[in-house]
Amino acid sequence: MSTSTDSTADAAAMDPAVPVPDAAPQQPKQMLRERLAGLRGGDLGSLPVVVGLVVIVIVFQSLNSTFLNSFNLVNLCLQIAAVGIIATGVTLVLLLGEIDLSVGSVSGLAAAILAVLNVNEGYSPVVSLLAAALGGLVIGTIHGLVFTKLGVPSFIVTLAGLLVWQGAQLQVLGSQGTINLPPSGGLQQFGRFSYLADWQAYGLAVVLPVLFLAAKLATRTRRTRAGLPVGALWVPVAQALLLLAVLLAVVAKLSIDRGVPWIFVVFVAILSLIEYVLRRTRYGRAIFAVGGNIEAARRAGIKVDALRTSVFAIASMLAAVGGTVAAMRLGFANQSSGAADTLINAIAAAVIGGTSLFGGRSRMYSALLGALVIGAIANGLDLLNLSSALRYIITGTVLLLAVVIDALASRGRRSAGR
Amino acid sequence: MSADVLSTEPHTPPVGTTLLSLTGIQKRFGAVRALSDVDFEVRAGEVVALIGDNGAGKSTLVKVMSGAGPADEGSYRIEDREVSIHTPAAASAHGVATVFQDLAICDNLDVVANLFLGRELTRGVALDEAEMERRTVELLEQLSVKLPSVRIPMASLSGGQRQSVAIVRALLGSPKVVLLDEPTAALGVAQTAQVLNLVERLRERGLGVVLISHNMADVMAVADRAVVLRLGRVAGRFAMADVSREQLVATITGADTNVVSERAARVAGRSAATSAGTEGTQA
Repeated sequence: MSTSTDSTADAAAMDPAVPVPDAAPQQPKQMLRERLAGLRGGDLGSLPVVVGLVVIVIVFQSLNSTFLNSFNLVNLCLQIAAVGIIATGVTLVLLLGEIDLSVGSVSGLAAAILAVLNVNEGYSPVVSLLAAALGGLVIGTIHGLVFTKLGVPSFIVTLAGLLVWQGAQLQVLGSQGTINLPPSGGLQQFGRFSYLADWQAYGLAVVLPVLFLAAKLATRTRRTRAGLPVGALWVPVAQALLLLAVLLAVVAKLSIDRGVPWIFVVFVAILSLIEYVLRRTRYGRAIFAVGGNIEAARRAGIKVDALRTSVFAIASMLAAVGGTVAAMRLGFANQSSGAADTLINAIAAAVIGGTSLFGGRSRMYSALLGALVIGAIANGLDLLNLSSALRYIITGTVLLLAVVIDALASRGRRSAGR
Repeated sequence: MSADVLSTEPHTPPVGTTLLSLTGIQKRFGAVRALSDVDFEVRAGEVVALIGDNGAGKSTLVKVMSGAGPADEGSYRIEDREVSIHTPAAASAHGVATVFQDLAICDNLDVVANLFLGRELTRGVALDEAEMERRTVELLEQLSVKLPSVRIPMASLSGGQRQSVAIVRALLGSPKVVLLDEPTAALGVAQTAQVLNLVERLRERGLGVVLISHNMADVMAVADRAVVLRLGRVAGRFAMADVSREQLVATITGADTNVVSERAARVAGRSAATSAGTEGTQA
């Protein structure tokens, strides 16, 4: 019964590594037993991420008691929105079993396009944003076509892209180096100073669990009508209540300070849309199939080249959107927008959240979980006033750890015949 | 795709009707004549074994039938209508489904997703999981294929179960003829039995089944007829009722001409008094 694409509680309860929208219902005991068997067989679920997040929170909170206060948590939400959106696109590419190394540069180029069009050329914020996103779409299409039509490995195409688009970013910025977005302009207002009103935030916290439950019950009704077995009714109800409790707690905590940032809502909305497409549509099913066995996908009539090109296009577009969100939050675009650790953070977030580098497997909402982990580490280290040197080392180590867990889990799956 | 992809009513021309017939098939690869003047036919409700040594032309003939490697010359008829089949898609459109040796299964997807891959049922934009699962369960039940669950990833299934799913998937397009390329090659004894049972149920449904196999035991167990290929030609046609395993093997190896039988004859001659003279052909 892991129907829905809108609950991480749900993701923790079942194995969502593969899209199993109407999985055969199970009684709690059997569910638990299969869960344990799954753990032994290398199917770790979201467990490592959640445990990791708890450890990170405990460590940083004990080192600096401001870590968990509302002010800092609102900052965390602001900080992870951009990298989370970029990581969402990276998830799609990883699902194909490919990689996109250019997302950092593309996000930087998009920030530059946004700033130049809005500030220097005087276009409206909306037009500038659309142009930046469109730029990402075109760039990703180029990557995809070179990859599929010329047979150049995605690693090389996007590595070249990393350099090319960074160069394009410098070119677009020209001699100015840094372009500040006007503080009173719509872009910076949206990125830094827009928060959900209390009624909006609490409204969402109530409406989302209700929608979640409604979707579950609709699935249940369809299964009953189709003569398929359904699980205990209290399971989705309990999941919805848990989701409600979590959302209310988060909103209450964030409302003590400025509230829920709009850019965070944008991130979660984009991620939810992508999750829906991945797990509930033919297009998403085709992405999983190509990542699982490309020859099988081809023989099943899936247009593999077009699909892969479209995924690269979407990934680069999301990288561009993430870049514009970062620029709006920071209030400027400069030559180092999207540079440094943007790329590694985005890939780390996707992998830490539970997207396999080997293709075809991704947990629900992996970009959100991963971005939280990466964001929490960066944020906590900032609070401790540690050097960038140490921050890079720690973030790199966490990424390696996530990949090691992925590799070990994949080996466990093989030996357990999964 | 429309809702009729899983027509659960067996599509049955009367048993014995010729479903697929090839006549005078020629196929060359450069100077090599892979197939010369091959005739082959499959009737409704029968299992035809296609056997032969490595390089005899079995795979080439399967590719001709499946559309993956069309013939250079010869006629291809489906239910007495001349057809031109140059792509796998054309073959399936004419009701010829092929299960290749590598199965083409996505291990990360579950059974339902694999069965409906590329022809998923939808309600609006969303996948209609309930309906796909219902049809999957129904079809598996009809064919008595037992799986622990239709919602577990393919990777958790045994080789026999995976092969069964691959065969069932071929049936979703309501084919008339099913080509099975070495379906038991990688399987253990019990799993082989599962797959052979499934092959028999396909026959009961009135399908024509072509079984490509190296395994004489399997062929003897389920086939109604056998066509033996050797060096790109049909070396023999047998009804399984009146042929022995030894005769089949002799035909496959070309017992009258080749080194195996010469040696067998020599050995037999040397130990004339006791030899039954048949071991050699089984070597």
